[in-house]
Amino acid sequence: MNLSQQILQYILSGLSTGAIYGLVGLGFAIIFSSTAIVNFAQGEFVMLGGMLSVFFLEVVKLPLWLAVPVAILTATMTGVAFERLAIRPLKQATPLSLVIITIGGSILLRGLAMLFWGKDTHALPPFSGNEPLTLAGATILPQHLWIFAVTLLVITGNKLFFYYSISGKAMRACAHNRRAASLVGIDVQRMVLYSFALSSAIGAMAGIIIAPLTMTSYDVGIMLGLKGFCAAIIGGMSSGLGTVIGGIVLGLLESFGAGFVSSGYKDAIAFVILLLILIIRPQGLFHRGESERV
Amino acid sequence: MLKLKNINTYYGKVHALKNVSLHLVAGEIVTLIGANGAGKTTILNTLSAITPAESGEILFEGNPIHNLPPDRLVRLGIAQVPEGRQVFKPLSVEDNLELGAYLRYRSREARGTIKKDLQDVYTLFPRLLERRKQLSGTLSGGEQQMLAIGRALMTSPRLLLLDEPSMGLAPLIVQEIFRVLDGLRRERGTTILLVEQNAKAALKLADRGYVLETGKVILEGTAANLLENKEVQRAYLGKDKKEIWER
Repeated sequence: MNLSQQILQYILSGLSTGAIYGLVGLGFAIIFSSTAIVNFAQGEFVMLGGMLSVFFLEVVKLPLWLAVPVAILTATMTGVAFERLAIRPLKQATPLSLVIITIGGSILLRGLAMLFWGKDTHALPPFSGNEPLTLAGATILPQHLWIFAVTLLVITGNKLFFYYSISGKAMRACAHNRRAASLVGIDVQRMVLYSFALSSAIGAMAGIIIAPLTMTSYDVGIMLGLKGFCAAIIGGMSSGLGTVIGGIVLGLLESFGAGFVSSGYKDAIAFVILLLILIIRPQGLFHRGESERV
Repeated sequence: MLKLKNINTYYGKVHALKNVSLHLVAGEIVTLIGANGAGKTTILNTLSAITPAESGEILFEGNPIHNLPPDRLVRLGIAQVPEGRQVFKPLSVEDNLELGAYLRYRSREARGTIKKDLQDVYTLFPRLLERRKQLSGTLSGGEQQMLAIGRALMTSPRLLLLDEPSMGLAPLIVQEIFRVLDGLRRERGTTILLVEQNAKAALKLADRGYVLETGKVILEGTAANLLENKEVQRAYLGKDKKEIWER
């Protein structure tokens, strides 16, 4: 394998893990923009997506095409329940205490997953075979294509929802100005609930499409959650393309770092970037300067 | 149409409204004047259930509404244009207007009637039509005020609450906005409760007025009477004592 093939290989694998980070990051950004909470339980919904798919596939014996949507639905319901039981009852809480509650929620979900499914790693079968395809000398698995397709689908779906549907516009309005939103009759709490539902669904989806490649276990949410958080920070916590690009930047840097330096530094790279961004450009890489009229 | 009876509202421990009673007859324009902190905005926010009343009664067309959440009030036809416009800056002008009709979309009202109301807003404020695709954060202050009024009109209100629509605007634009308010009352019979610091302009437009001081109604009467009232002239119309007493 010559150097250019090697580079292509790194790009491909960087793109696919980056896409996953981007999707997880989107979940962070959606909840952050509607509630100003960083939901540290986000990673657990990624874990739930993968683990629930394995559960519905192998224990309940559903076919894969059914197990996946049922898993997404169950994870989404968990997200909704989380908002109802842990976030909504605390009306007067500060964002900081809510963030701590999400950390507690993530520990709880992880613990429950460990009790139910044990500490073993599980694999989800690839969606359409495991026959590698060759692309200009680099190999790519069909599952990678699934990851790209689902990511594109989620980005497009997000854009359509937030920019063209009245509920999506209402969620953006709420994120910008809650009081004005309630003055036109938008139910702010309902919008918060929607944002939890949406981001747990997207998180679960990310967890499912990555599971055939990297396996899944009760604790995959920690790392994927932190990487997703990192992607969202690079993207400036915007619930759009910025976060996905942030994820892809992160994925590429990781894969090149692992290839050219050492795979032992893979995670370190992500966190060095996270720290650098937080120190140098806390508003994210793609945030344009805003001048506002008052 | 609207009746407030002995309303008391608190901000934490601050007693912001003290036994406020007032009423509006359908089709009237009534103005609330008073200094900063007199409780004008609080009355509107109590009406919109943003800062609910601690005690007292609010009747809208004979029905009690003081326990209803904000979205129910909008559904009943009470819309507020908040102080400082508060348009949704990252959204386009047209999206802002559409969100005014949010509840009507949700209750599956015919798209045609909503579209027609949108056209009506554009007829009232042609400048919004010119800028419909623009992000509303990039509009001038006057345009944002027009947008805030347009957004409230999209809820198809019967009672419009306006909080200082003239704040920070050039006199010409204030005139234009007041002309639109007058037109709304004449052509659609919209009832208007107008909070203003610009007492002179407000009293010229209004039928009646209430003067507030430290959370209490201290004067009420027809706009013409209030304009002539010496106390009002001194405190809110900026005439000094000499002008009033030596005439």
